[in-house]
Amino acid sequence: MEYERDFLRHLYRRMVTIRLFEEKVGELFLGGEIPGFVHLYVGEEAIAVGVCAALTDKDYITSTHRGHGHCIAKGAQIGPMMAEIFGKKPGYCKGKGGSMHIADFSVGMLGANGVVGGGYNLAVGAALAAQMRKSGEVAVCFFGDGASNRGTFHEGVNMAAAWKLPAIFVNENNQWASTTPYRTTNNIEDIADRAKGYGIPGVVVDGNDVFAVIEVAKAAVARAREGLGPTLIEAKTYRIKGHFVGDPEKYRTKEEVQKHFTANDPIKNFAQKVIGAGWLKQADLDAIHAEAAREIEQAVAAARQAPYPDDSELYADLYVEGVS
Amino acid sequence: MREITFSEATLEAMAEEMARDERVFVMGEDIARQGGIFGQFKGLPQQFGLDRVRDTPISETAIVGAGVGAALAGMRPVVDMHFADFITVCMDEVVNQMAKIRYMFGGQCTMPLVLRAPDGIIRSAAAQHSQSLEAWFVHVPGLKVVIPSNPADAKGLLKAAIRSDDPVLYFEHKALFPTKGPVPDGDHLTPIGKAAVVRPGRDLTVISYSMTMHRALEAAETLAGQGIDAEIIDLRTISPIDIDTIYASLAKTHRLLIVHEAVKAGGVGAEIAARVAEEAFDLLDAPIARIGAPFVPIPFSPALEKLVKTTAGDIVRAAQQLCR
Amino acid sequence: MNARPYGCEDLLRFYREMLRIRLFDLKAAELFAQGRMAGNIHTYVGQEAVAVGACQALEPGDLITATHRGHGHCLAKGGRADTMMAELFGKATGYCRGKGGSMHIADLGLGILGANGIVGAGIPIAAGSALASKIKGGREITLAFFGDGAANEGVFHEALNMAAAWRLPVIFLCENNRYGVSVSIDRVTNTADIADRAKGYGIPGVVVDGNDILAVCEAVAAAAGRARRGEGPTLLEAKTYRHRGHYEGDPQSYKPAAEIAAWKERDPLDRLKKTILAAHPDAAAALAGIAAAVEAEIAAAVRFAEDSPYPEPATVTSDVYAADNERSVAR
Ligand SMILES: Cc1ncc(C[n+]2csc(CCOP(=O)(O)OP(=O)(O)O)c2C)c(N)n1
Ligand SMILES: Cc1ncc(C[n+]2csc(CCOP(=O)(O)OP(=O)(O)O)c2C)c(N)n1
Ligand SMILES: [Mg+2]
Repeated sequence: MEYERDFLRHLYRRMVTIRLFEEKVGELFLGGEIPGFVHLYVGEEAIAVGVCAALTDKDYITSTHRGHGHCIAKGAQIGPMMAEIFGKKPGYCKGKGGSMHIADFSVGMLGANGVVGGGYNLAVGAALAAQMRKSGEVAVCFFGDGASNRGTFHEGVNMAAAWKLPAIFVNENNQWASTTPYRTTNNIEDIADRAKGYGIPGVVVDGNDVFAVIEVAKAAVARAREGLGPTLIEAKTYRIKGHFVGDPEKYRTKEEVQKHFTANDPIKNFAQKVIGAGWLKQADLDAIHAEAAREIEQAVAAARQAPYPDDSELYADLYVEGVS
Repeated sequence: MREITFSEATLEAMAEEMARDERVFVMGEDIARQGGIFGQFKGLPQQFGLDRVRDTPISETAIVGAGVGAALAGMRPVVDMHFADFITVCMDEVVNQMAKIRYMFGGQCTMPLVLRAPDGIIRSAAAQHSQSLEAWFVHVPGLKVVIPSNPADAKGLLKAAIRSDDPVLYFEHKALFPTKGPVPDGDHLTPIGKAAVVRPGRDLTVISYSMTMHRALEAAETLAGQGIDAEIIDLRTISPIDIDTIYASLAKTHRLLIVHEAVKAGGVGAEIAARVAEEAFDLLDAPIARIGAPFVPIPFSPALEKLVKTTAGDIVRAAQQLCR
Repeated sequence: MNARPYGCEDLLRFYREMLRIRLFDLKAAELFAQGRMAGNIHTYVGQEAVAVGACQALEPGDLITATHRGHGHCLAKGGRADTMMAELFGKATGYCRGKGGSMHIADLGLGILGANGIVGAGIPIAAGSALASKIKGGREITLAFFGDGAANEGVFHEALNMAAAWRLPVIFLCENNRYGVSVSIDRVTNTADIADRAKGYGIPGVVVDGNDILAVCEAVAAAAGRARRGEGPTLLEAKTYRHRGHYEGDPQSYKPAAEIAAWKERDPLDRLKKTILAAHPDAAAALAGIAAAVEAEIAAAVRFAEDSPYPEPATVTSDVYAADNERSVAR
């Protein structure tokens, strides 16, 4: 498979932006500058970026508590994201949401979600809307291995399958649900096997290989747009960071984590492949990296300086027509 | 008396009851491998084994539903909700099953099931991880609802809840887990349905529970300096409400202020105010006053979050108004 | 229907149990139509082979959870027709002293953990009961009855996953009668068999002819063996059909007449009767005796229910809590 060089640059830019964004957020959180709690997407970048590369701005996604990567991959802006994570007024949600509740409807990002498994049926509904309007969008739901055990998975996937909705369910199997390893709460090797119970395709893909992700995502998007119904994609990956920043991670060893990261860093995998194939040069990658880093520095500086929301914001946005 | 944390107090209660009665076991997300996200289950798996301290899939309806089934089959389960906010995803199991089964089946069975629900505002956890939902369950016949404010009651009420043959919802404020207080040695039980007068006073009655109890006690000190002698009642159980203790206090003070962290509209304060107005109007020398959160979801930004929290200052001002 | 492993006595017992359900529900439907019963009822007519086949394969100490269409499950597990009928009438002598009604019959002593008015709600309750057995180290297993409609509830997924991950001694028995109220299963699922979902939990998924009691009995016996050996749950799907409306008075306009007729051809009682007479031509008299005895049992149940008193008004507030502390139930 050949890819346009601009497309490759775009992929790298998005993946590196996610990586640097997350590392910066982690650092700022530990430095006490960020309230609440944050879950980082480090090591899973290829999934969001690969899937979103198969989508247009009009398509929808729903995201999770670990949602910064999905936002960036779908084209949300770094500035308002960072401001939101700081709880500042120029944030996407005017500081009301925070890390776990970022949304940007202008790029079809229907929101991160603090409730595990809260996104399935929102995606199903968006897909239903697209089907009823015949407007051609697809809706992607990202969800974790832990989330695959919520009843909402079953209800959402069954309904989407029965109605042949243009929905795509993308499981990010990072082997951990908080402190709980995947195999202690599931009796199957592959979550994709569940597709059989709904009569839809279930595909396992290496989630650390952005090219592999793109190909399965394209096939699923094509199927959905043709009216053939949903696909369940399981992208295998590994959660490199703690469940949240500050997680003591007593349930696993550092060596185990490092082993996975060294062997399978999606960004390194990408660089090796594109340089090896002669598609891009190291200098291209370095330039992109520097550009992303600059953008993030700017976002941090802006977020730091931005004001907090005014007291009067407390009651705004509850209803379309305000209440006192 | 020895001082231990709220979290340690709940742990002692669990360990003592599990040792005392083989039928007691606990299940929930992330409780075994890391001892619970607030450390409230630390050491239990080592002491009682993974059969009786179970990490579950992320499946709240199955957790509570299986709790109901195990109770019907002769066990005394404790189920943990991770965050009280997630009770919303298994309302059927709580409201239609555990609450009603005994009555609906004409008293053929008991439902010795405890549901632990860490609630309340803590460190900008935002709209889906900060709620105080206790009032919803006061509206459901068949449930008992307890909500301790200090380590001694945390232990005593948890033990009493586990020994209760009725289903008990046990709300524990997340910010209280690390707080310390005296706890009696030995088999310490706090009766369900009994409030405590924690500070006797002449001029007004302040009723509260959980986190805001501490704000009420601070306020009482300030008020004492101003010559207002507040009687402080810790409700401890909100279903059933210990109305006799409230009336006995009002017979002395003739003024009533009710304080909780939960949204004021439709809250526990509304129920108490209504009952006092219906049944004990003659005891009152002033209109009843209530303090609770404004009618908004909990915002993320610290600048907004602080506006929904009740402070000792709010209580002082309300008390001054009442005693004018 | 292969009658070979079963003796004549067994087959006659199966027949009697199925007939108890058939006649109980037909009588209940008749009384309901006459306005002699409050509430609503969902009859089990046409599905008798599932409940009886399953319960005959269980041991007395085993447990079940039932559904809104639960009369058959309760009778098959040993429930008394008179106490049940009294409950349907809302009488003080009913299983729930008149507090439950048709959709909430339970007999904990018989291991009937309750019918349920909430579609799917019995599934995790069964998993929990099985968990209790596992923790206690007991021999008993639990079986959950539920409909095709219930199989689309989130609790189905959560409970099956949990039971599979923990290898709980439980059987999930889906009675696929093709309809959830008025909606045919084909319109709300995308597979021919609900049993296929077992693959998503790494457990066996077995389709069985739900109108063939012997097939049901064998399938449940195999699943029970697995559960008792600690090998975990099984998902069974019994294909069957309800003859009557979802509720009494339902005109069933959503069902093609030919479909109803075709399924009536496969009536589970008629089929068993034929099997019995083919293998044991001299059993005709015994069958007639059973019919008379069951008719008498049902008639007595109706008399018992009609003669029983309504509950005392004071009981309206009792049984809310275990220790009925009056203050605790204050209004
Ligand atoms: C309904 C619900 N239950 C529990 C939680 C608490 N919780 C937050 S994240 C998480 C683990 C999620 O694991 P997974 O779905 O695998 O996603 P990952 O964190 O690995 O990306 C849990 C249990 C929640 N937020 N919502
Ligand atoms: C949670 C819930 N949703 C809807 C209903 C209303 N309802 C009662 S029975 C029923 C159909 C159930 O279909 P199925 O599970 O196939 O059982 P069947 O009636 O065919 O025996 C519905 C929708 C309910 N009682 N509970
Ligand atoms: Mg995960």
